[in-house]
Amino acid sequence: MKKVEAIIRKSKFSSVKKALHEVGVNFFSYWDVTGLGNEKEGHVYRGVSYSTSDIQRRYLSIVVNDDFEEVTINAILTAGSTGDVGDGKIFVSQVDEVYRIRTGEKGGNTLK
Amino acid sequence: MELLTINNVWMMICTALVFFMHTGFAFLEIGLTRQKNTINILFKNIFIITVGLLLYYIVGFNLMYPGDFNGVVGFAGFGLEAPLVDGSFDLAYNEGYTYWTDFLFQGMFAATAATIVSGAVAERMKIGAFIIFTIVYVGIVYPIAGSWQWGGGFLSSLSIGEAEGFYDFAGSTLVHSVGGWAALVTVYLLGARIGKFNNGKPQAIPGHNIPLATAGVLILWLGWFGFNGGSVLSANPEATSLTLVTTCLAAAAGGVIAMLTSTILYKNLDLTMFLNGILGGLVGITAGADQMSPGDAILIGAVAGALIVFAVSLVDKIKLDDPVGAIAVHLICGIWGTLAVGLFGAKAGFDQFLVQLIGVLCYAVFCIATTFGIIYTLKKTIGIRVSEREELEGLDAHEHQMDAYPDFRLNEH
Repeated sequence: MKKVEAIIRKSKFSSVKKALHEVGVNFFSYWDVTGLGNEKEGHVYRGVSYSTSDIQRRYLSIVVNDDFEEVTINAILTAGSTGDVGDGKIFVSQVDEVYRIRTGEKGGNTLK
Repeated sequence: MELLTINNVWMMICTALVFFMHTGFAFLEIGLTRQKNTINILFKNIFIITVGLLLYYIVGFNLMYPGDFNGVVGFAGFGLEAPLVDGSFDLAYNEGYTYWTDFLFQGMFAATAATIVSGAVAERMKIGAFIIFTIVYVGIVYPIAGSWQWGGGFLSSLSIGEAEGFYDFAGSTLVHSVGGWAALVTVYLLGARIGKFNNGKPQAIPGHNIPLATAGVLILWLGWFGFNGGSVLSANPEATSLTLVTTCLAAAAGGVIAMLTSTILYKNLDLTMFLNGILGGLVGITAGADQMSPGDAILIGAVAGALIVFAVSLVDKIKLDDPVGAIAVHLICGIWGTLAVGLFGAKAGFDQFLVQLIGVLCYAVFCIATTFGIIYTLKKTIGIRVSEREELEGLDAHEHQMDAYPDFRLNEH
């Protein structure tokens, strides 16, 4: 089992969600994050210019069986891209075990 | 008798509108500052309107309207006393309103001067020091300053050449500059917020709720219908309707010109400058709202709108930190509006301009001296500034042990 974590633009969230549903990935968690990066956002407030490197993004955490890894990553790569700097990153890692709390069963079946 | 009833009803409506302005001030101030200081600002605003009214009852009204006096300071006694004729209430007290309406309308004005200071010193002043300052300023300084003109004091009878007396219709100087001078001196003695100047360069500290600031400005504009409309002091059809027209046109022109000026200078459509421009136009027209043609009003408002943009940047340049732009709006545009009475409208003329200038200078000296006296004494005794830790963590947490939005914490800012 793999954990696929992705940091994406908030504006791309709905298309990424749709793309994941289309390849059969129906369960995942997400939350809003603030981070630092190369991109700077220019602002003016009452005549004073300033730029902030605080960048607002959405963080997705998806645990899938190994045979879903590739389609999941491709769905995010395709649906989450604008081609500009700041589209985000995907991290893939190994997951040792998964339990379903209600029944206590474990293994890949719990992700279906 | 019926005319008095109509006049008095109008004056009470205006009183209510001026009261509502305190909502506008509160919204504007919290909108343009950070969420960690919201309770502190609301507390100050509520303190000002409640204690301000009580003080105006105890001493203010009779300091400001002492009857016959030496023209500088007079006092007609504590509290209120209904004027009686043959044992019953004197309805001939004034053709425009009753004694009670007179008190309440003027009382609503009195609190405004301290509210102006509240915004300028936001996010760093000790609440105790602010409370003491408010009590002295609203209770004593504002009424004495007001008596010079509205109470029949020396400025109201200051005649030079063709000009017969200083003119300040609804308080560009008596209310707004009196608050503005105090804001200027207090901000100077208090120092800038941590992070406002970095190596001498002004930094942006964005306000946390721009929708609320916008609502505040629109509420203030509405309140100005009463502030200027009521300053006619009767329901005179021509004077009240002209006053509302000049007031609204100046507000609109102030907003538009401030928006255009800041767009040209800073290449962005800054809503907060747009809002400050509206207030600048309103403050600017206040001294001569009943003396101007609609065209004059638009010119006065337009100049005020441009002044706002330059004044906000000037205040930054001289290293003063005024989070809400109170000095630019109330002081600079208040002075402009007062002088404009000598430049535009029915009273325009060199002599009038000179009298207006003398009036402005008299108030400058008095307000700077009294504010400096009060604030400097407080600085050397109980202190006027919160500790660095309190400022960084927020006045709400330390001065009040409260949180304005306990369930809503996206950004500690």
